[in-house]
Amino acid sequence: MAELLKIEEIAPLFKRYLVHTPEIARKHRAGQFVIVLLHERGERIPLTIADSDAEAGTITLVVQEVGKSTMEMGTLEEGSQIEVVGPLGTATHIEKVGTCVCIGGGAGIAPLLPIARALKEAGNQVVSILGGRTEELVILRPEMEAASNEMIYTTDDGSFGRKGLVTHALETFVEERGKPEIVIAIGPAIMMKAVAEMTRPLEIPTVVSLNTIMIDGTGMCGGCRVAVGGESKFVCVDGPEFDAHKVDFDLMMKRQRTYLIKEEEARKRFLELHECKALQGTEAS
Amino acid sequence: MARPQLEKKERLKIPRQDMPVQDPLERIRNFSEVALGFTPELAVAEADRCLECKKPLCIDGCPVGIDIPAFVAAIQREEFGEALAIIKKDNTLPAICGRVCPQEDQCEQVCVTGKKYKPVAIGRLERFVADVEIASGEIKMPDQGVDTGFRVAIIGSGPAGLACAADLAIRGHQVTIFEALHKPGGVLVYGIPEFRLPKAVVDGEIHNLEKLGVEIRCNFVIGKIATVHELLNEWGYDAVFIGTGAGLPYFMGIPGEDFIGVYSANEFLTRVNLMKAFAFPEYDTPVEMGSRVAVVGSGNVAMDCLRTALRLGAEEVICLYRRTRAESPARLEELEHAEEEGIDFRWLASPVEIYGDDNGCVTGARVQKMELGEPDASGRRRPVPIEGEQYDIEIDTVIMGIGQGANPLVTQSTEGLDLNRWGNIVADEESMATSIPGVYAGGDIVTGAATVILAMGAGKQASKGIDRYLRETVKVPQGARSTA
Repeated sequence: MAELLKIEEIAPLFKRYLVHTPEIARKHRAGQFVIVLLHERGERIPLTIADSDAEAGTITLVVQEVGKSTMEMGTLEEGSQIEVVGPLGTATHIEKVGTCVCIGGGAGIAPLLPIARALKEAGNQVVSILGGRTEELVILRPEMEAASNEMIYTTDDGSFGRKGLVTHALETFVEERGKPEIVIAIGPAIMMKAVAEMTRPLEIPTVVSLNTIMIDGTGMCGGCRVAVGGESKFVCVDGPEFDAHKVDFDLMMKRQRTYLIKEEEARKRFLELHECKALQGTEAS
Repeated sequence: MARPQLEKKERLKIPRQDMPVQDPLERIRNFSEVALGFTPELAVAEADRCLECKKPLCIDGCPVGIDIPAFVAAIQREEFGEALAIIKKDNTLPAICGRVCPQEDQCEQVCVTGKKYKPVAIGRLERFVADVEIASGEIKMPDQGVDTGFRVAIIGSGPAGLACAADLAIRGHQVTIFEALHKPGGVLVYGIPEFRLPKAVVDGEIHNLEKLGVEIRCNFVIGKIATVHELLNEWGYDAVFIGTGAGLPYFMGIPGEDFIGVYSANEFLTRVNLMKAFAFPEYDTPVEMGSRVAVVGSGNVAMDCLRTALRLGAEEVICLYRRTRAESPARLEELEHAEEEGIDFRWLASPVEIYGDDNGCVTGARVQKMELGEPDASGRRRPVPIEGEQYDIEIDTVIMGIGQGANPLVTQSTEGLDLNRWGNIVADEESMATSIPGVYAGGDIVTGAATVILAMGAGKQASKGIDRYLRETVKVPQGARSTA
């Protein structure tokens, strides 16, 4: 079991958890993830590692509350114990290549952070393009600024940075400054697909980190499989990073919707129960 | 109180006792155990069928060499505790093996009574005495050797790991089992369904192991959090046993396999057994299964999928197998249970394509009719497609139960470990030693997908090899060295 040492809300529906997992903290490399189980009746949820501190024996998870389990995690208090397994997945290949554009969208900014930092430490010129629907959803800005040489921000509503999508910013960057050596994009599948479509004709090597449905995270169930270059690959062990130009995003997005109805049912049920509890709490006080 | 000895003729007159089972119509609506076990009367009557042969063949038929005639004789005397003690000398998990061993291919296949009549139901008797002890709540623990100070790491808490751990602990070594999942038991908990092996039985056996002082660390993926070499060089273990099983699902490589509604048997069973998806939304893990389900394959895993699908409420459950019933690798008992429950078996049938709709959901499959040709390397007649004989079926779920390969997570992260061309670990047949000194392996990761008892046998075998290695080669535990 691992203790949640510190929990803070960093944006609406985004929480940052400092988790005491000395062995994972010591082994974690950029690009890897963990699987978390909240309790006996819980589901195993893959979560990317946003940061780790080997000396303190901690890892940082940044979680967006989108479904029942992530919302339930949001109700936990500091000092709670959860099950954490990892580090899972293959680490990012880090080497000095020149200019690296790191694109992060929404919750995808969290796993991007250790990758950007490692690339910068390896001597690369790291240009980070971070996007979100609105200003407050562009998370981890100070951390990403420290891990990058240059920042470009975009928001859908124009409340912060340029108005528009991360792909627009990438387009402008390439027009003005030329092609980077590599693009790393992590975010919603639709964003990663758009980046891949943009860089494909320009022949810019592009890496994406996929977040699919998983159970064991050790290559045992195959639920996370994606088509990459016509081959079936397991995100948990072969990934989570793949050549963006080879990933069949359409199929992946369909597979992501497998449990849509049940997920919604679980979410509603949780909200109802939770509101009941909250109401009872007010009556009691 | 001793009963009069029966003559051989009288023994042979007794029919093989049927084990009470849940009614098929009843059981397809629940996940409770199908086979209910012998009563003491049935057990004694069955035991009486044993001829107590002078040269018993059954012992050799048992992968772990249980003294079968002795334990059966103890049941004849109604000394059930004594019977179990005899079994436990060679088998630390009798309640499990009595349920899932393919006895018809092992001890019962060579039973002398079975030459002319039906063989003695050895497996049912083994289960009976194990269940008597569990019901009594008084578990007799084996005598343990004095603490040797040696520490052994076991990777994987499936049957191979559990058996190896138990024997090493009995020999006085300190044992830690590392398990990747959040619950110990391996295939016994994620794979084999409740209706065939109640999880309470597995939990009980694991609890007994902990009483022997075995430490179980769940949520530890060796190969990721530590490598085998790190366990030996940094974590202070004197030896390592790899029992990671066959945890890599095979798919067929046919079009449409990535559609929503296509599961590997591993995923389907893990969702239901380990994560309890049958109790969604009380449990958080869902399983998406339609009303018409096809399972590809006809081994024990496929049987488990077919019967699980039925219990989850599928209206029609089809088994597609490219050979015939005679070649089906499933245990006959499982096959018969599945037939009784109304599974639609389509022999000589193999899917060649899975159809899906615009949302990517499975809608059907194209099935190729097969016929049996010349025998292949396995000695079974090879299935060959009959040209032009294809038909379509309407289904919404497909489960691939066509086998599992070696999971490469541990093996690929272990430098210097020799593997065969299928990715299985090469281990010495006698000692189970691998190419790395101090590293042993056994079970499906060595043999490829096989049975619980063979894995247990390998785990036991390895425990002897490890014990010898520790005492004769290592001599002084790492822990003792560092403090010296």
